Amino acid sequence: MQRAEQRDEVEMLALMLLIRRFEERASQQYQAQKIGGFCHLYIGQEAVVVGAVAAVRDDDYIITAYRDHGHALARGTSANACMAELFGKATGCSQGLGGSMHFFDKKNHMYGGHAIVGAHVPLAAGLAFASKYRDEDRVTLCFFGDGAINQGSFHEALNLIALYRLPVILICENNLFAMGTSVKRSTSLKQIVDRAEGYDIPGEIVDGMNFREVRDKIAEVAASIRKDPHPAFLEVRTYRYRGHSMSDPASYRTKDELEKYRLDDPIIRLRAQLTREGKLTNEQFDALDKKAKQAALESVKFAEQSPELPVEDVYKYVYYEGNSS
Amino acid sequence: MREITYRQALNEALAEELERDPNVFLMGEEVAEYHGAYKVSQGLLERFGPKRIIDTPISENGFAGLGVGAAMAGLRPIIEFMTWSFSLVAFDQVVNNAPNMFMMSGGQFNIPITFRGPNGPAHQLAATHSHATENLYASVPGLKICTPATPRDAKGLLKTAVRDDNPVLLLEAELLYSSKGMVEPPDEELLIPLGQAEVKREGSDVSIICYAQTVPLALNVAAQLEEEDISAEIVDLRSIKPLDEETIYNSVAKTHRVVIVEQDRPYCGVGAEVCYRIQKNIFDELDAPIMRVSQDDVPMPYNEKLEKFVLPNADKLMSAVKKVCYT
Repeated sequence: MQRAEQRDEVEMLALMLLIRRFEERASQQYQAQKIGGFCHLYIGQEAVVVGAVAAVRDDDYIITAYRDHGHALARGTSANACMAELFGKATGCSQGLGGSMHFFDKKNHMYGGHAIVGAHVPLAAGLAFASKYRDEDRVTLCFFGDGAINQGSFHEALNLIALYRLPVILICENNLFAMGTSVKRSTSLKQIVDRAEGYDIPGEIVDGMNFREVRDKIAEVAASIRKDPHPAFLEVRTYRYRGHSMSDPASYRTKDELEKYRLDDPIIRLRAQLTREGKLTNEQFDALDKKAKQAALESVKFAEQSPELPVEDVYKYVYYEGNSS
Repeated sequence: MREITYRQALNEALAEELERDPNVFLMGEEVAEYHGAYKVSQGLLERFGPKRIIDTPISENGFAGLGVGAAMAGLRPIIEFMTWSFSLVAFDQVVNNAPNMFMMSGGQFNIPITFRGPNGPAHQLAATHSHATENLYASVPGLKICTPATPRDAKGLLKTAVRDDNPVLLLEAELLYSSKGMVEPPDEELLIPLGQAEVKREGSDVSIICYAQTVPLALNVAAQLEEEDISAEIVDLRSIKPLDEETIYNSVAKTHRVVIVEQDRPYCGVGAEVCYRIQKNIFDELDAPIMRVSQDDVPMPYNEKLEKFVLPNADKLMSAVKKVCYT
């Protein structure tokens, strides 16, 4: 099992670049109508999931909401399988049956991709319940947006998680907007992290544009949880550069606000840190970026050339007919 | 065989499955220290301990979802709703998460979970506590739904439900917990397949199709009809989904007359679907239009006289049978 401290920062930067370039391609393909349904891009938030993944073990559970492309890619799902899923192809990570909002990859312990806001937080409680039930020291990382924290399922789940002392890190990716409604207009709190206090769950604020801060905080919390199962809450402050979904021009915020965050870009920031420390040259960065662009481009070709499931296969996925365990 | 109550039969099924498989656990409101609101889990906490018999706060959406998540991670949860009327606040988990996961994950995650608890109108519980939820859930692909009417069926169906690799809803009959019936001895494994109806009484003149709380009602009416020289065959569906069409059609081919008596409401009720399938598949066997007896299409009133008025009863069933028999 790969330990957090062994994960190479340059590789993590490469992962952030892959997510960025993949999402740019997804945006382009959506506009070309190759991708159906809804499509929510993760651009701007890359340091959150990559920082988190860098801090935990490969067998820790990850579950998230519908803005899930980055989470699957960070977990090791190939760009090909992700793009094919967007194209609705049989080679997709959910065989083209889930689409953008329902990326699953059991092998890499990516437990979805859930599109009803807040409804997966109880599922996270269940994953953590299962680890505790089996006396495993796995940690469940449950990602959700700032929009989820006013949903009943979120509150019920937090109470259960706290009551049963379940090993969950609740990661609120606060990108300031639930669709078009700002946190100020949706939430009766000065800061989101205060939600955790109501359930006696320790909470902290983390700068989600800073890869190292995210990674170090999650590594610290995960280590504590592995010693003695308990929940933790992190309000990770981040920003999405694009609209809520592809159909959203994001007219509810100013250009100045967006520019402010762009200057604080998580990829530029980690690059600068590594360059300053002599761990990355400009040439090396350009090579990483070229590779990410190439992988994203190839994923489009792969998706285009992939087959769809035959229509009659749809009945295979209603009931599981395998042997009971 | 020995005689036990419906409640004891469920209790035995739970104990046997908890004993058999360490991945099985029981979770719900008052299931542990209180032994269940209807005492179905009597003695289980003492026997299996608090790790596997787990009390929850009043948070149906939360603990139903916890069950679905635990099932994703390979456990086999049994989630008790104190009544299925309360499952409505967990509708999202039962309808949107449990049965959709297999499809939307491209077959990676099946959800082996059993949701169970009392269902159907009881006695003067008024509108919020009297729901017969079978038709609400039967329209959802990915769910299986069974509705036992006897202690034997309750035990055999619950055990099968726990072993099924999909979400199964066991809708127990709230009014039948204390009813008694013959059940195989505990050392004899009793598994009743889902999707298998049972002819509870043979007859030749009319098929009465029923399930759950309408089964004892239909059996009583059949005894009365016998005195009037009408021989009624009682078909207990036992499972609403999958539906055992073969047993239904065999009975209809024998009697040529059908009354469906259901505990839910008439509009889009279970009987509407059964009726459609009969006329579609064996129309030529019918000698009379199919009749349905159900609740009236109103929220359940508290007043005892009014409640009785809107529920299916022997008089309504008798008159429907006579109508299809043209007597």
